[in-house]
Amino acid sequence: MVHIKRLQEDGADIIAVIGEIDASSSIELDLAIAKSVGEGFRKILVDCSALEYISSAGLGVFMSYIEEFKDKNVTMVLFGMKEKVMNTFTILGLADLLHIRADRQEAKQLANELSV
Amino acid sequence: MNYQYSIGCSLTNLKGIRDFVRTSLKGHGVPEVEVSAIVLALDEMCSNLMIHAHHCNPEHLLELHIEVDNGRTFVFEIVDDGDVFDINSFETPTMDNLVHEKRKGGLGIRLVKSIMDSVEYEKKNGKNICRLTKTVN
Repeated sequence: MVHIKRLQEDGADIIAVIGEIDASSSIELDLAIAKSVGEGFRKILVDCSALEYISSAGLGVFMSYIEEFKDKNVTMVLFGMKEKVMNTFTILGLADLLHIRADRQEAKQLANELSV
Repeated sequence: MNYQYSIGCSLTNLKGIRDFVRTSLKGHGVPEVEVSAIVLALDEMCSNLMIHAHHCNPEHLLELHIEVDNGRTFVFEIVDDGDVFDINSFETPTMDNLVHEKRKGGLGIRLVKSIMDSVEYEKKNGKNICRLTKTVN
């Protein structure tokens, strides 16, 4: 079960992912990101501080946007990940492919730098 | 010690599988980070089977067995009677390929192979047994 909340701050769309993302719920994450892109946001911050679990279905959603974001000049930064969740990203080497920061402040800063 | 669990092939049951694996590993002194990785690997294997071999039909059952040998070696068996979905027959995709082709599958196979020591398949009494082994130091 996952709950997704969105809020806008300083021109960035912050998507908070709460709960667990597996093959049954990854579609919710996909829809939220697609909506954000569709609304024209160029800075998308994903708040993972209440994300308790992610399987490859959820990782695949993040991966599937990498090229589209390059083309559209959209910056996505994930932040606030718990260690157990971060470990899943690390096993796959995804930390090199995605922008991941410790907290909201750092994430905002990176998004601002990258979207200049 | 042996643990057993049986569940229908609905993706909403993955949570139950994760809880079963986590509960079974409790009390065997497995570090939390290893528990999380093992739970993830079993989730990946079961969701693959549910999707590719059983088309998410909740009336099809998966059986899970967990055997703890000496407190260090864990054997996980997933028993079903669908089509064999052998992850060893798939070449593990590179991360570049996954990004480029926007493939959402493939990542799970990479995860399972990174986490588990071995993944073997056996056919017994008309059933498929997928056996994953992990030794925890």
